[in-house]
Amino acid sequence: MALRPMTMIEALNNALALELERDERVVLLGQDIGLNGGVFRVTDQLQRRFGERRVFDTPLAESAIIGTSVGMAVYGLRPIAEIQFAGFLFLGMSQLVTQAARMRFRSGGAFSCPLVVRSPYGGGVRTPELHSDSLEGVFLQTPGLKVVIPSNPYDAKGLLAAAVADPDPVLFLENIKLYRSFRQETPEEYYTVPLGKAKTVQAGDDVSVFAYGAMVPVALEAARQAQQELGISVEVIDLRTVWPLDEEAIVSSVEKTGRAVVVHEAPRAGGIGAEVTALINERCLYSLLKPVARVTGYDTPYPVPGVEDYYLPTPAKVLAALRQVMEP
Amino acid sequence: MAIHQIDPGLVPFQILDPEGNLVGEMPALSPERLLYFYRMMRLARAFSDRIIAMQRQGRATTFGSLTGQEAATVGLAAPLQPQDWLATSYREIASLIVKGVPLSTLVYSFRGYTPPNWPAETRCLPYQIVIGTQIPHAVGLAMAARIAGDPVVAVGVCGDGATSEGDFNEALNFAGVFRAPVVIIVQNNGWAISVPRHRQSAAPTLAARGVGFGVPAALVDGNDILAVYETVRQAVERARAGDGPTLIELLTYRLGSHTTADDASRYRDPAEVEAWRAKDPIARLQKFLRRRDLLSEEQDEEIGASVLAEIDAAVREAEAMPPMAPDSFFDYVSATLPPRLQEQRAELLRFVAPSPSQRQPGERR
Ligand SMILES: Cc1ncc(C[n+]2csc(CCOP(=O)(O)OP(=O)(O)O)c2C)c(N)n1
Ligand SMILES: [Mg+2]
Repeated sequence: MALRPMTMIEALNNALALELERDERVVLLGQDIGLNGGVFRVTDQLQRRFGERRVFDTPLAESAIIGTSVGMAVYGLRPIAEIQFAGFLFLGMSQLVTQAARMRFRSGGAFSCPLVVRSPYGGGVRTPELHSDSLEGVFLQTPGLKVVIPSNPYDAKGLLAAAVADPDPVLFLENIKLYRSFRQETPEEYYTVPLGKAKTVQAGDDVSVFAYGAMVPVALEAARQAQQELGISVEVIDLRTVWPLDEEAIVSSVEKTGRAVVVHEAPRAGGIGAEVTALINERCLYSLLKPVARVTGYDTPYPVPGVEDYYLPTPAKVLAALRQVMEP
Repeated sequence: MAIHQIDPGLVPFQILDPEGNLVGEMPALSPERLLYFYRMMRLARAFSDRIIAMQRQGRATTFGSLTGQEAATVGLAAPLQPQDWLATSYREIASLIVKGVPLSTLVYSFRGYTPPNWPAETRCLPYQIVIGTQIPHAVGLAMAARIAGDPVVAVGVCGDGATSEGDFNEALNFAGVFRAPVVIIVQNNGWAISVPRHRQSAAPTLAARGVGFGVPAALVDGNDILAVYETVRQAVERARAGDGPTLIELLTYRLGSHTTADDASRYRDPAEVEAWRAKDPIARLQKFLRRRDLLSEEQDEEIGASVLAEIDAAVREAEAMPPMAPDSFFDYVSATLPPRLQEQRAELLRFVAPSPSQRQPGERR
């Protein structure tokens, strides 16, 4: 395969172009995704290449973007809708949660809803209100919807392809801070990275750290410091699909290490960390040597730019949690 | 009369033409009041330029240009009484200034902080970022005034893009059903980021939306401050008199990029921008005032200097205000902080190095 160093933006753009090339049913819709190429340029040049019939700007209405995508998906198209920032998913919530996610269920399998909703999320980039919020926890109680969050360009491309191929609706959340933070050798050709599968980014023996999105590099940095300062070997697992979780990956890692820390920037209560912790309790409590620790955003609204850095998990916060779970 | 019970048609209501000629009936406005309008428009433009310059220097966060929309934003706020409410987006900062929100409060917010003293007595809600969501609030404020029997009017303002949102349309419907004393104003500046107005709605005007909801409407030249002022004044009067809501579309233009994070040259024809530059709302009032001998060249220069001095002072004041404390985002989550959040706050503070001012004298770093 021909490799090219790509940012996550470039990898996603490349993935979308391949989808448009290989499948006539794929259409892209959203705000400012046409001529402007999306506010982050993920859809740059795609309208020019594939035409306004397949790549089009919509009026400013999240509910109708998702609601009409449901209709198009039922008809047989493969819509990929962009919601400009994840905070604005709230305006399309009814269509996403009560309609897209339930189409197969309420029609007794007569209809399905193979659509992808893409949306940038995540903090640390000094945006206005509701442009930085992490919403994945909200969707743990949305049966029928999968939630995918890549942490690097290679996974972003492969996971997006898998999301489009999936027979059910997928919410694909893209971390804004990771969009351009680094390049990675990424194949030009089509490939998929399976949904529902976590990835061991770094193997280790003493403690398991579960993270995703922008928290993967934070976890890796904390793991490096822990190795240096505490002399411990940390296993870092990138969940990649945050719902449904890769339970086997979580359980087998904790059975090996006996200790676990979960890291996410979304609020703590009722989030991915809570679900991972409950899962460990249910499946491998007796392997645990210490209670599971969570390093997360706090249970407050996402703060204004001037203080947002204090809200986010940092390597120092993760390191403190590692110390805590490593106490004898 | 600019307000129509049925479709307001396609010809915008105008009092001053782009050359500053009086082409309609002059509203009852004193020379002092006209000069006040002019000064506030100059202030709005200079303020916008200043915050954008500060953003480029890393002293301010993302900011949406106000340039080109000064007649609309100053004119819509001018007829309001202190007891009236105002719910706007980020594009109506000048309306907030006219309604009494201090410049320094706004500058502090554009530094990326929550102002510690948002002036609730101005009855301005904090400017809204989530498109269209403020319009139901304005209608609700008006419904409350009606329930309470108070002679209070609410004004809700949003952009052309916002009229596509469910919230906008649901709120307009409520306004009609409950005969709410509300004025709903659409600043149609031609664009919603890169999406042109004709891609938001197939209707020839956004004011035409009123008919379907049984709400009287007006289509107004939004770069003509006299037309804006006069139409909003009539709508506010109607609302206060118990005659119900009005929808007003102000035709204006966003001369700048959407925000400091946007580059309009990617999607916009420069010829269109130039055509609108010729309809500059500030130049229009300036020509009118000059022709009537209400504004000498000296006075004009004085106004320019005084708005800059006012902005300088506000920026100094806002930059002298202390940054928010690291744990300040735990404030105001709810009336009282639950124990769980108190613990989280303490947890955060363990990771915050004390700032120099918080350190005790002689304390080591
Ligand atoms: C609900 C929601 N969706 C999307 C956005 C992103 N966004 C910010 S401004 C904007 C365009 C708004 O256009 P318009 O209503 O015409 O107001 P203008 O900026 O032109 O004043 C968009 C899409 C948002 N802030 N809120
Ligand atoms: Mg607009």
